[in-house]
Amino acid sequence: MQNHTGAPKGSWLTDPRIRAWVFQVVTVVVVIGLGWYLFHNMQVNQQHRGITSGFGFLNNSAGFGIAQHLIDYTEADTYWRVLVIGILNTLLVSVLGIILATVLGFTLGVARLSKNWLINKVATVYIETFRNIPPLLQILFWYFAIFLSLPGPRQAHGMLDMFFVSSRGLNMPAALLAPGFGPFVVAVVVAIVATVLMARWATKRFEQTGQPFHKFWTGLAIMIVVPALAALLFGAPVHWEIPAIRGFNFVGGWVLIPELLAVVLSLSVYTAAFIAEIVRSGIGSVSHGQTEAAHSLGLRNGPTLRKVIIPQAMRVIVPPLTSQYLNLMKNSSLAAAVGYPEMVSLFSGTVLNQTGQAPEVMAITMTVYLAISVSISLLMNAYNKRIALIER
Amino acid sequence: MTTHQFKPDLPPPVATVGVYAWLRANLFSSVPNTLLTLVALYLIWLIVPPLLSWAIFQATWLGDSREQCTPSGACWLFIEQRFGQFMYGYYPPELRWRVDLTVLLAVVGAAPLFVARFTHKLRYGIAFLVLYPILAYCLLSGGMLGLEHVPTTQWGGLMLNLILATVGIAGALPLGILLALGRRSKLPAVRVVCVTFIEFWRGVPLITVLFMASVMLPLFLPEGMSFDKMLRALIGIILFESAYVAEVVRGGMQAIPKGQYEAAAAMALGYWRSMFLVVLPQALKLVIPGLVNTFIALFKDTSLVYIVGLFELLNSVKQASADPKWLGMATEGYVFAALVFWIFCFGMSRYSMHLERKLDTGHKR
Repeated sequence: MQNHTGAPKGSWLTDPRIRAWVFQVVTVVVVIGLGWYLFHNMQVNQQHRGITSGFGFLNNSAGFGIAQHLIDYTEADTYWRVLVIGILNTLLVSVLGIILATVLGFTLGVARLSKNWLINKVATVYIETFRNIPPLLQILFWYFAIFLSLPGPRQAHGMLDMFFVSSRGLNMPAALLAPGFGPFVVAVVVAIVATVLMARWATKRFEQTGQPFHKFWTGLAIMIVVPALAALLFGAPVHWEIPAIRGFNFVGGWVLIPELLAVVLSLSVYTAAFIAEIVRSGIGSVSHGQTEAAHSLGLRNGPTLRKVIIPQAMRVIVPPLTSQYLNLMKNSSLAAAVGYPEMVSLFSGTVLNQTGQAPEVMAITMTVYLAISVSISLLMNAYNKRIALIER
Repeated sequence: MTTHQFKPDLPPPVATVGVYAWLRANLFSSVPNTLLTLVALYLIWLIVPPLLSWAIFQATWLGDSREQCTPSGACWLFIEQRFGQFMYGYYPPELRWRVDLTVLLAVVGAAPLFVARFTHKLRYGIAFLVLYPILAYCLLSGGMLGLEHVPTTQWGGLMLNLILATVGIAGALPLGILLALGRRSKLPAVRVVCVTFIEFWRGVPLITVLFMASVMLPLFLPEGMSFDKMLRALIGIILFESAYVAEVVRGGMQAIPKGQYEAAAAMALGYWRSMFLVVLPQALKLVIPGLVNTFIALFKDTSLVYIVGLFELLNSVKQASADPKWLGMATEGYVFAALVFWIFCFGMSRYSMHLERKLDTGHKR
């Protein structure tokens, strides 16, 4: 009997199946062996240096202050809480950065395609300037050269007497809960549910009868009117606390610390340059025939853009956009350079120095980044699947 | 016989030629367009004149101490005075000719590879790639051939960025090719190992990798064995970058039609020979622009070794501007560093675009 792989009979040395097995076994043995060797070295080294191992240190009290924490924190809190603060701060920078970069990037991408010569050139100069300068340099520049050289709180640049930019960051009015808050939240939920139901009904009617319905404007009206009614009936949901100068600093209101501002601004400026190029090539990839076909069907410019060009461009845009979001999230670790308390500067910096437990601390840091990466990938892949072309 | 006398052509309408028409078509074609133009002009007016006045017209170019600088403009004296530090870090000034010679050798040595008519590119290229690193190491590090030894702790400035980027990509390329082969392998165990490796490095930021290299590597090695700081960072960079190179190479391999694999098999070539003689030569040629882009990203990322305390360009700027004699010159320093990075990255990205056009064989759909 001839075997399926067509190898000559007799010599098992040349049988591809056996070779494949041998090769795989060797790979696995080498990988496991190497891993064990490194692990063994690490244990021996840690014993010699008298470093304890294990994750028990997470329950110890941290004992250092953190410049910005989104949840309550005192120096007596445990490293667990520090970890949560680090994750939240990383997420805060990433989310703010992603939103800003997307808005700026899409604007620039469209500007880059503009028929207006001047707008086009301004966008090109922006893109070519900012994407060729390392993000770390941009962060340092924004932080040291711009924010720290701003005047102190007493000479702060004020806008509308509510927002103040100074070397202490951006002070702005804080929203404090007022009695009307509960009813307001209920009203917002009701409005969202009503909008979704309305959109479903409109889509169904459109599919059955072909009659269009102004989904967007109706939805917007519902979203504004219902919460506004609640606010009128039950009182304002929040009251605003305006920051004011007291002594040498601002009192009251929220403050965005200069580190956060520098990191968010520079990362979004940097990433926007890449997003703009992605948007440009995405829109450029939709052939002109599509526009002509839409026009010949009687669609105006607006609907052509919304219903024909953008859905097709998004298919090209989303995969590279995902990797830009991932890059931005990973680049948020550069905030360590200006001392913004995110994962790397809190954990790989302060906590590592305090505890000396390098393997555990690095493992935690990397796991957090991997987990965020995977979550963003999954989200964007799900979105991509929804908008992808359904092929035969 | 009558001859027809053509009348001379009338000139085209004024509104369709010349500056006026161009302005109308490109800047003022409609009301929204005009508004956009005005907004853009306002933005330019807001940014460009102050920038030019700071960087050029009000700036101080000549002199030797900061007292000569005007407060309203840039003080480029700082850059002039500290130029050596920005380029070479703490490399001893009297030995800096060795760095210059290394760069010169690289330029002269690599030049034939860019001449189209030079025929022995492959053989010359391999010889260059083998000999040059040895020579460069001897020159930079010294300690042999009567050259004074310069430890890597004194290396710095732009020179360190260039070393980290070139050695990083050169080290990551072979590893990346192997990983790409592994990821496309039919053997499940090999594929799982490679996919895990690649996705792990791609999922974490380079900073954590550098931190890991600087604090964990000494723990992983047997007792008594240790690397210096630069080499540790370099190992981290190579491992990190190999994952990105692997993905670029994999993209190239996927673009090679299946017929090529089958043809190689039909010629009775085994796995390794069909890969190295048939698939990879074509795939690597396809991904050269992608590799150049990876290199640009890596070059920008070399600034991150700042955080683990190596004296590359950014850190040199920071060190120099912490000097009491030049306090408050950080802006000039960062602008200079930005300009240096920009020139390198912009130049390479233009080169990559040029390559893309040159290598485009027209098979693209």
